[in-house]
Amino acid sequence: MAKYMLIMRGTDEGQALFEQMDFTEVIAAMGRYNESMMDAGVLAAGEGLSDASEGAVVDFSSETPVVTDGPYGETKELFNGFWIVDVASKEEAVEWAKRAPLSGPGTKLEVRRVNGPEDFPQDNEWVQKEQGWREQQAQQSR
Amino acid sequence: MARAAGPAEPVSSDLSHDEGRAGDGAAPRRVVEAVWRIESSRIVGALARYTNDFALAEDVASEAVAEALVAWPRDGVPRDPVAWLLATGRRRAIDAFRRRAGRDERYAALARELGEGDALTGGPGSVAEAGNDLLWDPDKIEDDRLALLFVACHPVLSKEARVALTLRVVAGLGSEEIARAFLVPVPTVQARITRAKKTLTAARVPFEVPVAEDRAARLGSVLNVVYLIFSEGSTASAGDDWMRPDLAYEAVRLARVLTRLAPEPETFGLLALLELTAARFPARTGPDGEPVLLEDQDRRRWDRSAIRRGRDALARAVAAGRGLGPFGLQAAIAEQHDVARSVAETDWERIVVLYEALHRVAPSPVVELNGAVAVAMASGPAAGLALVDDLAAREVLTGSYLLPSVRGELLARLGRDDEAREELRIAARLCGNARERAVLEAKAAAL
Repeated sequence: MAKYMLIMRGTDEGQALFEQMDFTEVIAAMGRYNESMMDAGVLAAGEGLSDASEGAVVDFSSETPVVTDGPYGETKELFNGFWIVDVASKEEAVEWAKRAPLSGPGTKLEVRRVNGPEDFPQDNEWVQKEQGWREQQAQQSR
Repeated sequence: MARAAGPAEPVSSDLSHDEGRAGDGAAPRRVVEAVWRIESSRIVGALARYTNDFALAEDVASEAVAEALVAWPRDGVPRDPVAWLLATGRRRAIDAFRRRAGRDERYAALARELGEGDALTGGPGSVAEAGNDLLWDPDKIEDDRLALLFVACHPVLSKEARVALTLRVVAGLGSEEIARAFLVPVPTVQARITRAKKTLTAARVPFEVPVAEDRAARLGSVLNVVYLIFSEGSTASAGDDWMRPDLAYEAVRLARVLTRLAPEPETFGLLALLELTAARFPARTGPDGEPVLLEDQDRRRWDRSAIRRGRDALARAVAAGRGLGPFGLQAAIAEQHDVARSVAETDWERIVVLYEALHRVAPSPVVELNGAVAVAMASGPAAGLALVDDLAAREVLTGSYLLPSVRGELLARLGRDDEAREELRIAARLCGNARERAVLEAKAAAL
């Protein structure tokens, strides 16, 4: 069993089309999709992001980071949200991705495996610190 | 739900068998497996409802998978793989009914009904999918999946058969995967499934969700099967590996499915127990695959999101207000471990109380033994040993390594090294798991 992240990516063009769609219908379709993943016991997490116009981009191309508030203008792709699924294989993650109620030019779902502790050297000081940090986080969120 | 009709057609001309790629054309075999994992319960469930014959449904669904394994690498992955599998399964069911039609007119009628829609599409060789609507009834899918679980875990079946059938039709594992998980030859798994189907047919087990008065007991059987799968994965009863986590995670996934289909408090209790136990898996194995005992585990490696999910599920079980059942109580014990920063800071008093409650609702010598360990932690090894000696005197748990291993551990803490060594060696001799045996031998040698 492995964790995969399904990453929603879209273009401005796709986003504009999306905004013309009936919002109730979009919510219903997403709800059905999420439920189907819950019914199959695979959905571990998921979030959607609010409009890019409310966001900001920090660009590290130059020596000092440059901050641009949204909307960003000529962006090629926008990150719109994600799901994390517990599945047996990459193929299964792809199969779930194919079922997402998405459409439109430039709309994509990227399928990426989430690293687990086994992907890092366990004796590394920072890896151990990160685990401690995760623990604190979990305790605070109780 | 109408799915795209039409003949199967390749979506990619790349039919290489490169296992590392997940594109539709890249590894059709793995796509078949992925689709089967997601859809097995709905496909078999729909076919079983329609034919009212679980054995036939499993047969024809398996035939459809076998056909896909031949056809998809050759012709490409169909545009709608699920519809393809369902249509192929339905076709095989029609064939079976036609073969029986000579004996019984009912089957001829079923074959005609199930074949409706086929005339609308496709020439010879193409798989018509229009007739699928008859099977794919969105209002019945959840009931079908639930009925499937109840039938796969039916009390007329042996434990091994229930486990194999559940993994096959509900979790969508192949016979090879099940065989690998249980370290048995593939033909053994296939024979278990075949015999299970014969038993269900002979016992005339209907394909349905049990009536209200049987439901609680039958759900108990389902929960137990999922728990059995988890136990085998979390402490392998035989072989060289100490755990088979994939099998255990399979059980977690099944438990999640169950909370959707049968949201009873004890279902949430089971899910909570599995999540809270699996959360500790990352710390349970050392670098060389050896078991790491709870007291020595690096708790920073525990899976915090699994703990959160487990505690949420436990809260659901508690919120029902009917008191916790055996799984819920075990989950509550697991929760105490999961939230403690160390063995010393664990609320052992509370764990003792939870074990007492567990022993009352589900008496078992293993529960008593674990309760004795908790007592030893709360009130000292002498108090725990008294309880263990009482168990030994009643001659329960004979032949199990558990009692001598706990007894040896408590004797060692009391400084009675010679007796401790003797007990730990007895435990090592009785232990079926090579990894655990090594730990017991090392403990005995260190005294």
